[in-house]
Parts: sequence; structure tokens; C-alpha cells
Amino acid sequence: MSKIKPRGKVPKTASVDEIIEIKTLIRHPMHSGRMKDKDGKKIPKRIINKFLVKFNGKQVFGMDLEPSISTNPYIAFPFKAKKTGTFDFEWTDDNGDKYNMSRKMTVS
Amino acid sequence: MKQIKMKIISRRNVLHLLGGATGTVLFSKYALAKPNLALNKIKEISKNAKVDEVDLFLDVPEIAENGNQVKVSFDIESPMIEEDFVKTVYILADGNPAPNVAKFSFTTDMGACSATTRMRLSKTQNIYLLAEYNNGNFAMTKSKVKVTIGGCGG
Repeated sequence: MSKIKPRGKVPKTASVDEIIEIKTLIRHPMHSGRMKDKDGKKIPKRIINKFLVKFNGKQVFGMDLEPSISTNPYIAFPFKAKKTGTFDFEWTDDNGDKYNMSRKMTVS
Repeated sequence: MKQIKMKIISRRNVLHLLGGATGTVLFSKYALAKPNLALNKIKEISKNAKVDEVDLFLDVPEIAENGNQVKVSFDIESPMIEEDFVKTVYILADGNPAPNVAKFSFTTDMGACSATTRMRLSKTQNIYLLAEYNNGNFAMTKSKVKVTIGGCGG
């Protein structure tokens, strides 16, 4: 299986009160528990079930994912830039693993 | 020679019969009205409160050729200030094995209430968008998506 790899796109700079768009994607199979492999055996359910975004330590956005979300979940959402800071993204896997990523943004 | 000709005709007849049979199967499937899981879920989430059906901006394709990757995005007009903001947004689908698709939690720091993701759809169905406001009100909208190839892995 390919490695689970988070990716994110945050503008490096923004002006005050500008609404920016943040795009994220994580490479993950999102096995819904209904798919079958080549031998006809069911692949056990394994999905990303939670996605959290923190800005300077405070939670700003959250999403609960269900098996109906596609493979390699893509999530885009807005954010109102007010001050310089760091975004912390966190994806939670069904098996308890957490995948993290940080991005800096400068507001001028 | 005559025999071959007859064979062809009979095969065609068989195909016609098959076509008819699948048609009946399809129709019987629709005739047996299943309870709408998505609407039940909406009732459960809103705890039977009144849900206004309003025109929220829910962007889904009219026809999805591949049910594995269907883009869904929404944009709800809201000032997103402490006194008035959208707290939670649910996306539900009434034809999937499970009605829930996603739940988004918003905060006032975001400045706008919109998001984009991709979902799986097993067949042609309605997509519901349910928004919960900070004052406890609910609003919903729905949109139909025609799916050519289903994407739930059977």
C-alpha cells in the first residue's frame, strides 16, 4: 500500500481580513468496508474519520468523515486572515494513527 | 441454413426477454419504497425540530459519470460573527448504504461558511445539506445527482 501522505496548500502571505482558501489532501485508501479485493474477500473498514485544523493552538475547523467520502480525501475550506500564525492539521485514522502537518502564514 | 437463422432469432428473443427481466427487477426495486434514511437522520439530528427547506448553495453535478469521486461544495451566506453563525453542516445521501457523508464544524474564525470535498455515490440519489445555526435553528436543501457508474464497491 502506498504511504499515507498529507498535503496542504495555504497562501504564504495574506492581507488583514482577507478570506483565504485552504486546500488539503491526504493520500489514504478510505476502505469503506464494502469493497472486495481480487480474491473476493472483503477489505476491512479503514478510513480517516476525523480532520481537525488549529490556528495558533485554537481549533478553527473540524470535519467528521464517513465511509462515503472518496479515496484520498480532499477538503477545502475558507479562513479569515487576521494575524500571522501557524496552522496545524491533524487527520485521525480508524486504527488510531494520526497524521500531522503544519503550515505558516504571514499576514501583513 | 434454416437452423442457423432460427438460432439467431431465438438468441435475440432471449436478449429481449433478458432486457425485460432486468427492467422488471429495476422497477420492483423502486416499487418497494424503502424508508428514507437521510430524512430519518435529519429528524434525528434536529431532534424533530422544524427544518426549513431554503435555497442554500449546494453545488453537486447534475450527472456524475463516476460515482467514486463526486465533488460536493456548499456556500451558506452568514456573517459568521459570535451572534450569528453556522455551527455545523451535515451532508447526507439517501441512496448510499449509510446516509451520513460528512459533518463540518465551523467557527467564527473562518469568516465564511463554505467547504468542498469529494464523496462516493452508489446510485442516482438526492443529496441533502443540513445547516445548524448557533441559535439552534436548522435549514436544509437538497439536490439530485444522476450517477452513471456507482462507486461504493458493491
